[in-house]
Amino acid sequence: MLARILSRDYPRSRPLTLVLVLILFGLAFAPFVFTGSQPLNVAAKICVFVLLVAAYDLLLGYTGIVSFAHTMFFGIGGYGAAIALARLGPTWEALGLGIVSALVVAGLLALVIGLFSLRVRAIFFAMITLAVASAFAVLASQLSGFTGGEDGLNYQIPEVLRPAFRLLENPVLGTNVNGRIITYYLVFFVALAAFLVMLRIVNSPFGRVLQAIRENDFRAEALGYPVVVYRSIASVVSAVMAALAGIVLALWLRYTGPDTTLSFSIMIDVLLMVVIGGMGTLYGAVIGATLMIIAENYLQVLMGRLGEVSKGVPLLSALFSADRWLLWLGILFILSVYFFPEGVVGKLRALALGRRTETSAGER
Amino acid sequence: MTDAAAPGKEEVRVGAAPIDWIPIVLTATVALAALPLVGSFSTWVTLTVAGLAMGMMIFIMASGLTLVFGLMDVINFGHGVFISVGAYVSLLVLWPLSGWVNSPSVALNVGVFLLCILLSMAATGLFGWAFERVIVRPVYGQHLKQILVTMGGLIVVEQLIHVFWGPSPITIALPESFRGAIALGPGMVAERYRLIAVAVGLVVLIAMLVILNRTRIGLLVRAGVENPEMVEALGYHIRRLFVGVFVAGSALAGLGGVLWGFYQQTLTAGMGLQVLVLIFIVVIIGGLGSIGGCFIGSLLVALVANYTAFLEPKIALVSNIGLMLIVLLWRPRGLYPVAGH
Repeated sequence: MLARILSRDYPRSRPLTLVLVLILFGLAFAPFVFTGSQPLNVAAKICVFVLLVAAYDLLLGYTGIVSFAHTMFFGIGGYGAAIALARLGPTWEALGLGIVSALVVAGLLALVIGLFSLRVRAIFFAMITLAVASAFAVLASQLSGFTGGEDGLNYQIPEVLRPAFRLLENPVLGTNVNGRIITYYLVFFVALAAFLVMLRIVNSPFGRVLQAIRENDFRAEALGYPVVVYRSIASVVSAVMAALAGIVLALWLRYTGPDTTLSFSIMIDVLLMVVIGGMGTLYGAVIGATLMIIAENYLQVLMGRLGEVSKGVPLLSALFSADRWLLWLGILFILSVYFFPEGVVGKLRALALGRRTETSAGER
Repeated sequence: MTDAAAPGKEEVRVGAAPIDWIPIVLTATVALAALPLVGSFSTWVTLTVAGLAMGMMIFIMASGLTLVFGLMDVINFGHGVFISVGAYVSLLVLWPLSGWVNSPSVALNVGVFLLCILLSMAATGLFGWAFERVIVRPVYGQHLKQILVTMGGLIVVEQLIHVFWGPSPITIALPESFRGAIALGPGMVAERYRLIAVAVGLVVLIAMLVILNRTRIGLLVRAGVENPEMVEALGYHIRRLFVGVFVAGSALAGLGGVLWGFYQQTLTAGMGLQVLVLIFIVVIIGGLGSIGGCFIGSLLVALVANYTAFLEPKIALVSNIGLMLIVLLWRPRGLYPVAGH
């Protein structure tokens, strides 16, 4: 049963398993364990980013191509749901229409970009996705009649998902089961299901071909696997999953704007989460997203305070002001690519592997 | 289009492969085809001069990137930040010498302009050397890490600009005698600064062509782009050559940053990344590693951007992407594909 759910891809390290189980239970029972809206917000954001980062890892870690358009697909999902709900009213039909059209647009766009840029060299893909994504961001802020421009869109969601809706008369474990909690579980289960689907994909024969392409695309082509087709499909799957993440984020926030979906700093966040968690393992996405989001929500406050304390010193206070968060992310990112490319998951697995070979050597 | 024909002439002299005229003719055709669409001849001249000026600036900034790629297969996503650094370094001249900027004397105006350029090129050249050592060198031959690390470098330096110069955009003024427009003929005007940008671009282009085609270093660079292993096997240090090209390319990006800064008259730390997107489109259109393609690509992109901005501003936002897609449909490796890349 468990083998089927996890597609026989186990964490393969005891500490890693422990942490993953902790994160799973933490997220699953977040509404009942924690009180207040801040922890629930953090938990929902972790769910969304696990999905987003895992989808990115499918491209970067498993297929070995760099895309800078991941936030664009995230945004297509967000804006798809947002525009449908804002224009057609808060009904399930409108939401369904928004979801379907967002997923189709994301998939088609990824296919077109892939066919254009992956034909020649994988490096084109990185450059072209950067160009297309920045054009899309400009477009989204310029077509303000449609997207709300820089202000973004506020909208209502179907009634069952609103905070005012009560599912049960009496509180469960001291928590009122309202629409907010239903929305949270919607986010949680969509993320969980999509994650397991991706785990299945990377452990299928198709996923093996992707890894073969990552290791040596020339040889994969020579073995008879059309590299362009496989890379394009991977890019489409990744885009659709990113759009899905955007849709659930749009439902959770009841707001979609450039800052929540399209901004370049989210792209950097995603890159950092993949690298810190470990490229080429979907479990890395869980670890990376959880670590980074908790750090962002709690460390940023600390950094702001450091900036306050060092207010008298001119350069130091500028370095530590909360606005310079991206500076430290960038430095951390470069250092992790150099010295820590295997990420947390890779390190833990290497440790476990080392211990296993040690014990088997001792038995002999 | 006489300046565009110049690289072609040089190649014939060396006795290399015949020149491919189609892209050059295409660029001229695009410019002429825009004439009936724009309607008025004088507006067309203004737009074309603006397009040429923008194209020259993009070419200056893009040439380093494409050569670096051709030589060592290194794609530097951090290239854009040299543009921002170049523009911001010019503030070190402009602020203390604001008297020179606002003085009516042409000599002082040109002096402050040249000082800006010299200081910025020196600073970005030095900075490029450090960037190559610290960021690029440890990840040679690993494309994936290269893209990630150089992009990280871009973010860090962009944020450092915020730390040193503050996060809000800074407006700068053109030197007094560079402002305004001059009449080219009856009813036709061209902004002075655009003509200056075209002139500076031409000087850089000619200098680059002379160095690439008439000097020993240029010969080695061209040979290195064609076949790096062979140059190495003949006993030349391709690495040292590469560092030289990297530094020169960074300095050119700095020069482009100064020109672009005066053109926009507003400096933001993010300007480098914005221009980088244009540069990528240009080098992909031109063919990665090709200098001639980079030049034609720059002109094509800039002209199309200016015409569409006049004809249909909403389309202008995506006109570059559309142009790139059309070119790639026609020639998947760019207008002038370089062998081996």
